[in-house]
Amino acid sequence: MMSLLGVLVLLAGLAARRNPLLVVSAAALVAGLAGGLNAITVLAALGKAFNDARYISIAFLIVPVIGLLERSGLQVRAREEVSRLRALTVGRLLLGYLALRQVTASLGLLSLGGQAVMVRPLVAPMAEGVAEARLGPGDAARCALIRAHAAAADNIGAFFGEDIFVALGSVLLIQAVFQQNHIALDPLRVAFFAIPTAVVAFVVHAARLVDLDRALRKDIRR
Amino acid sequence: MIGAGVAYVTAGLLFGAIAVLSVTDHTQPRRWINGAFWGLFAVSFLFGDLLGDLANGGLVVSLVLIGGCGGLARSQPATTAPAERAALAARLGRRLFLPVLAVPAVTLGGSLAFRALGFGGHALVDPKQTTVIALTVGVGVALILAIVLVRPPADAPLQEARRLMDSVGWAAILPQLLAALGSVFALAGVGRAVGALVGHWLPLDDRLAVVAVYGLGMALFTMIMGNAFAALPVMVAALGAPLLVGRFGGDAAVIGALGMLCGYCGTLMTPMASHNIIPTALLGLPPGAVIRVQAPTAILVLVANLAIMDILAFRR
Repeated sequence: MMSLLGVLVLLAGLAARRNPLLVVSAAALVAGLAGGLNAITVLAALGKAFNDARYISIAFLIVPVIGLLERSGLQVRAREEVSRLRALTVGRLLLGYLALRQVTASLGLLSLGGQAVMVRPLVAPMAEGVAEARLGPGDAARCALIRAHAAAADNIGAFFGEDIFVALGSVLLIQAVFQQNHIALDPLRVAFFAIPTAVVAFVVHAARLVDLDRALRKDIRR
Repeated sequence: MIGAGVAYVTAGLLFGAIAVLSVTDHTQPRRWINGAFWGLFAVSFLFGDLLGDLANGGLVVSLVLIGGCGGLARSQPATTAPAERAALAARLGRRLFLPVLAVPAVTLGGSLAFRALGFGGHALVDPKQTTVIALTVGVGVALILAIVLVRPPADAPLQEARRLMDSVGWAAILPQLLAALGSVFALAGVGRAVGALVGHWLPLDDRLAVVAVYGLGMALFTMIMGNAFAALPVMVAALGAPLLVGRFGGDAAVIGALGMLCGYCGTLMTPMASHNIIPTALLGLPPGAVIRVQAPTAILVLVANLAIMDILAFRR
């Protein structure tokens, strides 16, 4: 029970807006010590898990490509490309990306999208370009809102698409967890029952993107 | 067999180069601090498997102290001015998109092809690491395409990489650090404690109440851990298997699928998830901007998930 102190440290540190690196390390140390581990064991566990998790940071390999293309005008071009399409709005563009991301993820094609691969180089500048073409130049707050929406469309599409694909990590993990509790699961049925939520998530987020267009239009009338 | 080592060595060389460029940048007053941070990150990629757990732990603590105490500075390597970029964009046109689209295309094609490659039953590429290796190949192909296309100064790819990584800054190691926190929490028994707490305090005779506690618990615990995969074993062992499936006779496939999907709603709302940290850093957004946009959708989907779970798991 004492190990929950680590969770408290985490919440308190984040609430106090301390640097997350320091907060997370302190939470690990407190949870470990309170849970009966010694400091050396905690340090070794941190080191091993950090090393095992290096695959997460492989996404950064793309930075030389993105940087090189950005210095050659990639974002300028992405903006121009979409601003010519008269019928396009920020909401419709992101709706299209959401649909594409969700459908491809549900077919197991997760690597077709992503924050570093698609959002930073293409989706975010395109969304900003559409906003400028339709609504005129905006302030920093509008830019941030539009970029955050580009990131959100990628996450929501990926999360609520991938569970429909049988061979991906999440379905296999669900099966393994129930196996540990002596319940046998058919992965196909697990994937099947992710479909209603996928539909709900798409409809809900689509409605919010339509609403985003309305809010952006209202913003310039003020 | 080709393993993830290829990708790690490539990343190590990239971060090593960024460290060298940082240290040799005399316009930058904190060049040694930036150099140390990216240099240690490079060491982790190049030699992490040789170091042993304790030395890796020391490396993590050093990175945390350098990155966490506000020591990193953002450098300003020479890049192009907005007018130059507009001129280049006009000259290069749509060809600029080619390298960007090559990354996902090669990654996808590569990960499918690698699975098929092999000699006499031995895989040429580690089947568990195909995506990571294919991404490395995809980035290589894209980089060559981009260089041929724009013919930049020789140091431009690495200087631009340094500019982008400096804008990400200390957040670059946060996703890995959070994964490490999860494993320390697991060792320390945080999951068991949460499970015991939930099982002890809450009214567990009412089916709908248990569905709600299981689903909301998945979301909340995911928010704390930053990862639904860490929350699922705890909530299934505490409530899903013994009560929802055992006592109330629910369909385990529904309980599993919807439990995970409730966890994903939590992922969308937590500053602890790499899915929110990386875009915040890459897009230069204020803290919490991505989460604020995602939260309304996450909450509505979470409520819908509870209803879907209750309807589908107990039909008949």
